[in-house]
Amino acid sequence: MGMTLAEKILSARAKAPCRAGDIIISPVDLVFAQDTTGPLTVRQFEALGLGKLASPSRTVFFLDHAAPSPSKELANDHRLLREFARRTGAVISEVGEGICHQRVVEDYASPGEVIVGADSHTVTAGGLGAFATGMGSSDIAVAMALGRTWLRVPEGFQIALNGSFSRGVFAKDLILYIISRIGADGATYQSLEFMGQGLKGLSMADRFAVANMAVEAGAKVGLFPSDETTHSYLRARGREKDSHPLSPDPDAHYVNSLEVALSRLEPMVARPHRVDNAVPVEEVKGTPIHQVFIGTCTNGRLEDLEIAARLLAGKKARSRLIVAPASRGIFLEAMKRGYLQALAEAGAMLVAPGCGPCLGVHMGVLGDGENCLSTANRNFQGRMGNPQAFIYLASPATAAATAIKGEISDPREFL
Amino acid sequence: MRKTLRVGDDISTDHIIPGRFAHLRSNLPELAKHALEDTYPSFAQKVNPGDFLVAGKNFGLGSSREHAAIVLKVAGIKAVLAKSCARIFFRNAINVGLPVLITNTDAIDEGDELEVDWATGQVKDLAKGIELGFGRIPPVMLKILEEGGLVPFIQKYKNLELPGG
Repeated sequence: MGMTLAEKILSARAKAPCRAGDIIISPVDLVFAQDTTGPLTVRQFEALGLGKLASPSRTVFFLDHAAPSPSKELANDHRLLREFARRTGAVISEVGEGICHQRVVEDYASPGEVIVGADSHTVTAGGLGAFATGMGSSDIAVAMALGRTWLRVPEGFQIALNGSFSRGVFAKDLILYIISRIGADGATYQSLEFMGQGLKGLSMADRFAVANMAVEAGAKVGLFPSDETTHSYLRARGREKDSHPLSPDPDAHYVNSLEVALSRLEPMVARPHRVDNAVPVEEVKGTPIHQVFIGTCTNGRLEDLEIAARLLAGKKARSRLIVAPASRGIFLEAMKRGYLQALAEAGAMLVAPGCGPCLGVHMGVLGDGENCLSTANRNFQGRMGNPQAFIYLASPATAAATAIKGEISDPREFL
Repeated sequence: MRKTLRVGDDISTDHIIPGRFAHLRSNLPELAKHALEDTYPSFAQKVNPGDFLVAGKNFGLGSSREHAAIVLKVAGIKAVLAKSCARIFFRNAINVGLPVLITNTDAIDEGDELEVDWATGQVKDLAKGIELGFGRIPPVMLKILEEGGLVPFIQKYKNLELPGG
């Protein structure tokens, strides 16, 4: 019997055929932490007493979650990470360089690699066929020290995509739809694997947005095959040598499956306080929105800023509008192309490349009873710094349309 | 024989440790005072060393922040009982020496006294006079748990050569 993508990648890395349910020890090709999980990782690493990093040039600390720092405590956490990196040779991605997951897919991740990060959205790199998964600080400290980690090979959950998106519908709507169908624990411990003829129409930005949210269905990874789209992306980034095709075997065994006709999808909105509480935009249209946030590791990419700028150009946002490009590279390119100008003219506050208001640490904390529509991946109570506030999740197009009207709106009215 | 504190379904890591306390993450005793603050405001006052935290389904969904598991332990929780548990939280909890027992928790109420028999895999609810079985923890994780967590495990064995899966 053939192998799923997860089984294939892990078999290759562990150098022994393995199957769902097996416990294996795998080498890791990249290990990272960010500024809120990194300090504990460093302390656990030091407690291990094993000395050196297994691979300093493939050990990265990203200063992205509280960047620039809003408090002396977090500034001291940044200091601790910088000093640790200086001492051990680990790489620091400084304040302003961007979100770990975006930086990883820009410069590090390749198809077939095993990547572990101290952040649940490490799964983003599954968009280009890397077995990338989030872990806690102790696991990451051990992976940094030994260059290896233990894994249970996940069962596969097949998502077959057919057709193509209709106007105003995007990758974010697809993943919100999937999570609403299978539930926030619908793929717990499984490998969510995307396949089918519909893949052809999904850009890398689309794949990253979908893979990013696999964890919101409980999955260990969200995996896309490596195809011509993947190859073009890596080539454009000067990483052609990292590119190779990768796909599951046609007779691989999947424990579960879901088929999605992309053309039948509508713009989706996840209502507070659950990601799986998603409905077509029609059902929540007109809900007043005080703040719109466009950014994050889910939807802070160039394509996202482009569609938002297209909708908002020449208009004035009625909601407070915060825009955070996911990386410095995206910020610069969006500036060159005029997207940031259009957004700023429409009233957007442009904030540093990084996680921004997503996790409630700074920049955009909500007031009591306020509603926010965000392009992020989570709307848990308290997520954006106030348990008395309400978070809705949607695509950048829906976010832009909503900002224009000051209430949840259907982007198709503006396209 | 220990008291239980009860929470519902889908308690996320944002519920356990909200992002607005990120500045306390390098100060775990202080952070622990805010554990579950928005969901269960009296948690930090009520919890006593050795208590059980009883939850519904999909406990610990969300972030990879290991702090969420650590603060429950620092606050005094001996074990978490849940109908199901999110993957990253489950692994983090074992790594910091906090057992997570998967069992049908529907009948267990706040304040019930529980007795856990680790050898037979049974939980007894003394208030209700019922016994519930709990799912076995994978051998790899049991071994880590027996050593008190992943860091002590590695300190002792120096590597990851784990016992059979």
